Amino acid sequence: MNNKRTNPYSERIFNGLIKENPCLILMLGMCPTLAVTTTASNGLGMGLSTLAVLILSNLIISLMRKVIPDAVRLPAYIVIVATLVTVVQLLIQAYIPALYASLGIYIPLIVVNCIILGRAEAYANKNTPVLALMDGLGMGLGFTAALVLIGILREFFGAGTFFGNELPLPIPPIGIFVKAPGAFLVMAFIVAVMNAVNIKTEANKKVEGCDGCCASCSSSSDCGTKKEDKE
Amino acid sequence: MSNTSLLFIIITTALVSNVVLSQFLGICSFLGVSQSIKNSAALGVAVMFVMTIASAVAWMLYTWLLVPLGLEYMQTIVFILVIAALVQIVEMFLKKSSPALYNALGIYLPLITTNCAVLGVALTNVQNEYNFSQSVVAGFGTAAGYTIAIVILAGIRERIYLPDVPKPFRGAPIVLLSAALMSIAFFGFSGLSL
Repeated sequence: MNNKRTNPYSERIFNGLIKENPCLILMLGMCPTLAVTTTASNGLGMGLSTLAVLILSNLIISLMRKVIPDAVRLPAYIVIVATLVTVVQLLIQAYIPALYASLGIYIPLIVVNCIILGRAEAYANKNTPVLALMDGLGMGLGFTAALVLIGILREFFGAGTFFGNELPLPIPPIGIFVKAPGAFLVMAFIVAVMNAVNIKTEANKKVEGCDGCCASCSSSSDCGTKKEDKE
Repeated sequence: MSNTSLLFIIITTALVSNVVLSQFLGICSFLGVSQSIKNSAALGVAVMFVMTIASAVAWMLYTWLLVPLGLEYMQTIVFILVIAALVQIVEMFLKKSSPALYNALGIYLPLITTNCAVLGVALTNVQNEYNFSQSVVAGFGTAAGYTIAIVILAGIRERIYLPDVPKPFRGAPIVLLSAALMSIAFFGFSGLSL
């Protein structure tokens, strides 16, 4: 960890929000990123749900890091995360039914979001509860910011609105941006812009397409075979 | 939805609402393991295997265990644990019974646990109130759609190395753009009159 900043807590938030933004730099959790960002408010809802799960799972896993045996830690983490996700799902269903209807199946799928297991494995099980909580907060805010950014762009181009408010635009909206291909297009252009201004994404630094959380992501097999190939 | 025909389900899940290109499930492995056609085909077969069995087991557990006990809200926890355990069992079974298949699929099997498409199918089946055979067919069809998508992307990526791609677009962006074009192409299937 880089300790240029004196306060390790604010450093965690900065790290999650900018330096290691889970979505745009680490390229984790692509499924919800692409699927729910048809509008900015959907992106915000998904981001905040993930944020809540991430803070609590980091906190609980960090508190229990000396209790959970190493051999069964991944199943234990999955149970903790799945429990929290179920709680969040029931709360959203009860209090924000409109959001529940538009996010649908993607709320239970927070369980398999790479970011949560990735942070548990990479950070929460090695650090104190307060630091882990701040890490979860930073990562969650970074994820939320990225989702809202993609949501704003897709909503602007695809529907000509901003958080549901009609904008007076001279040209008609391009419908494809709120459909499935638009998600890939917007993401491609965001990463291309980041490449152009020379912000190194994890995917470009390492094996292309690998996101560095080999414990929880399906692409890790490829990293393994790639390394073997090189040897 | 409970009397939808099986052919309708298989075409819908494999092509019209393709799991990767219109539902965005399993994007991680879709972008990560699509470097060569051979590897992606092997992963596709492994996913088909696990997803079909997982849909069947998830349906049985939901209908015969969770519903009678009134524990439907536990579905996420139960499904993810069942999928994780199932992958382990399938791996051990293949190792004993068919070493050749195990060698081909071996490294991919453990990774399918975190493939959100598998959990996604189990949850969608419950949502659509499918019966047993419909769930199994939906699981198989979704996996077939996944395989089609990942093999096509791998085929495209094997050729991306040849043309002169503008520098900012090298790496992840050009792959995402290819996926976007594939997604547009798959829109054509929504015109099928079923």
